[in-house]
Amino acid sequence: MAGEVHNPGFLLASLEKVVNWARTRSMYPATFGLACCAIEMMGTGASHYDLSRFGMEVFRASPRQADLMIVAGRLSQKMAPVLRQVYDQMAEPKWVISMGACASTGGMFNNYALVQGVDEIVPVDMYVPGCPPGPQSLMHGILSLHEAIKSGEIRHGTGVI
Amino acid sequence: MADDTGVEMPPDADADGAPVAEAPFVPDHPVLAALAERHPDVRWEERIPPAGPYQPIAHVERTDLVAFAASAKELGFETFIDLCGVDHLGGRPRFEVVVELLDMTDRLRLRIRVPVPGTDPVVPSLTPVYAGADFYERETWDLFGIDFEGHPELTRILLPDDWEGHPLRKDYSVGSVPVQFKGAHKAT
Amino acid sequence: MSDTPHYPGGDRFAPTVEPPEEAVEVPTGADEFRRVHDMWVAGTEEPPWLAAATDEGAQELLPADVDPRVDAEEGSAVVDDYLERPDVSADELQIINMGPQHPSTHGVLRLHLELEGETIRRAKPIIGYLHTGMEKTAETLTYVQGATNVTRMDYLSPFHNELAYALVVEQLLGIEIPERAQAIRILMTELNRVASHLIWVATQGMDVGALSMMLYGWRERERILAFFEKVTGLRMNHNYIRVGGLAADLPDGWEDDVEEILEQVPKGIAEYEELLNENPIFLDRTVGVGIITPAECHAYGVTGPIARASGIEWDLRKAFPYSGIDRYEFDVPTGRHGDVYDRYLVRMDEMKQSFRIVRQILETIPSGDYRSDDRKVTPPPRLRIDQSMEALIHHFKIFTEGFKVPAGEAYQAVESPRGELGMYLVSNGGPKPWRLHVRTPSFAAVQALPAMLADSLIADVVATLASTDPVLGDVDR
Repeated sequence: MAGEVHNPGFLLASLEKVVNWARTRSMYPATFGLACCAIEMMGTGASHYDLSRFGMEVFRASPRQADLMIVAGRLSQKMAPVLRQVYDQMAEPKWVISMGACASTGGMFNNYALVQGVDEIVPVDMYVPGCPPGPQSLMHGILSLHEAIKSGEIRHGTGVI
Repeated sequence: MADDTGVEMPPDADADGAPVAEAPFVPDHPVLAALAERHPDVRWEERIPPAGPYQPIAHVERTDLVAFAASAKELGFETFIDLCGVDHLGGRPRFEVVVELLDMTDRLRLRIRVPVPGTDPVVPSLTPVYAGADFYERETWDLFGIDFEGHPELTRILLPDDWEGHPLRKDYSVGSVPVQFKGAHKAT
Repeated sequence: MSDTPHYPGGDRFAPTVEPPEEAVEVPTGADEFRRVHDMWVAGTEEPPWLAAATDEGAQELLPADVDPRVDAEEGSAVVDDYLERPDVSADELQIINMGPQHPSTHGVLRLHLELEGETIRRAKPIIGYLHTGMEKTAETLTYVQGATNVTRMDYLSPFHNELAYALVVEQLLGIEIPERAQAIRILMTELNRVASHLIWVATQGMDVGALSMMLYGWRERERILAFFEKVTGLRMNHNYIRVGGLAADLPDGWEDDVEEILEQVPKGIAEYEELLNENPIFLDRTVGVGIITPAECHAYGVTGPIARASGIEWDLRKAFPYSGIDRYEFDVPTGRHGDVYDRYLVRMDEMKQSFRIVRQILETIPSGDYRSDDRKVTPPPRLRIDQSMEALIHHFKIFTEGFKVPAGEAYQAVESPRGELGMYLVSNGGPKPWRLHVRTPSFAAVQALPAMLADSLIADVVATLASTDPVLGDVDR
């Protein structure tokens, strides 16, 4: 990626790669804990699994300060407008991880009350399976998202990666 | 309306909704006996399930509900535990409101079953007696459409305000959507 | 000689002007200290002598008859819309909205708070943002599948949900559960109580500013979750306690795991007590905050640690013992003041009592079967399925059609970490419940929040809310 020029102290790289690398290093998640998955999401951030290894332990309460929304749990019809509003308030660039079966597809609750997948409301970049996904699964999802961002283009608009 | 939904009928929901009893049962616990004495119209049913705690059940008409609950509270049932609706679609009366009370001093539970006709689903509110009935009655209204007369603010509690229908009624569908399997091979 | 005026006698700290004779005496004694403390902690009362001491910044006292709690006790103050008070001008009142997306509302709870200055006059919880329609879904699942559904309700104490469900179905079925299965059920639910309380102490600590509690609490909980994962295969939402017994027996070597939990987790809890019990910041944020009286607990149906912290000695494990819990010795800790601090003490003690029960189970667990031998609800052993066609059909029938439960209705409650978790089941004799209603403890606790929050400071909302330990999956179902 980066070649050393004759004069030491310089690194050359494409702007795209530097920007994307920087974006993955300080990706602040917004707290959007909804149900069971939120407990596992908090567990991922807590001492045992230690999300701070990836520079992500700071869950921002304000969507304005967040880059990543982890939708953790089942999304009810009553909550759906709130989710969209929080997503709209987040600054670009932004990404969405759909954590767990309920957030991804409605899970086992195929009924009147739940939105059958948050991708009906917001664009989703990464789906993490499980009910609830363990912290390892969530971390795998996050790291996969990092890889996808690093290998992609610099994006301004919303959308997948 | 009830016939085309295809749901099974509960077996005990016959013409009167009341199983036939030979001799009227009167509970012998002093608190319950006092309650039965004050309200002679109430039909009692003793239920000792194969497992689980002693559970007397009082069948109360909706017109007597508030007075009965007030007497129960006065006689020691100080804790309001639960209130919920049941939809016996096809049975008569269609709905039922079930109230669960608790007497902590005597370690006694009391269940009150109130039949509610489907054509006129109105029950007097218990909020003047038990403040805790508030949320439960709102929930029952939200999910069953049973009106609680005298409730201070009978609005939707679990569902959005603009929701139509009462989803726990038996003639309200589960609302499931067909599951799509994207990319799966089509069965021939 | 200087021009400095001469002050005769005395030091410069002595007042030059004597207070007037009729100045209100500063009372002494514990009661007055408590009142002053209340003023700072809860912001509710201003002693009259303080108003007379200075007129700067003095606030007008509220009339004594404005006390929403009294009305709430009598049941007449359930009107939820905001009242216009004639004695308070409109520009002193403001309504703020807290949630549903808020870091400290423990999920998707939303609160409308009506403030007069910094003081909350009315609070209105708005729920339903996690309504999952579980009671409707329960009607579409067989009794075998039902445990999968209910375990996701109160996701911090899944075992209690499963236990209540299994017990209520078994009540109608009238089947006996082997003693070993009962003991394992109690073992898992009591460990679950500890895990749930650990999360509670972690979040309560974080919400009042002890951020390190968040890390410590999860550290201890991981030990218990590791055991759960070993036994059930999942960290949460186990579907382990089934109608008729359990999904599987305990794995080999489980005694060592439990022994390690019994050794390590109490050490952690002792550390928390050292950190919090006499921590002045923690005391200031919790003593006298979010008080609920026993009468209010009864009226609103509040049970569990909140009611016990108010002095109500009531525990379903003692009052209506289930699953053989009366075989074990344990105490029911209670508090006296009904404030956040007493709830903290009660929950800490409950964890120790749970360890007592777990220790006794470890020592006395009988051998035997882990599920009922009633062929109606219990599938045949795995080995027999390979050998016998009838066993295969039997297995297939149980998991496709399910078993039929006699018609009737039953109510069964268990003591969950949050209070009375009751399930009311109506069966029409079919393989699916006709109606399953769940009486959840958090629903009642959230309903009682206005009583706890009335006339407290807005800064105390988060501490009070955390102390009720609401699980929104439990509230909204």
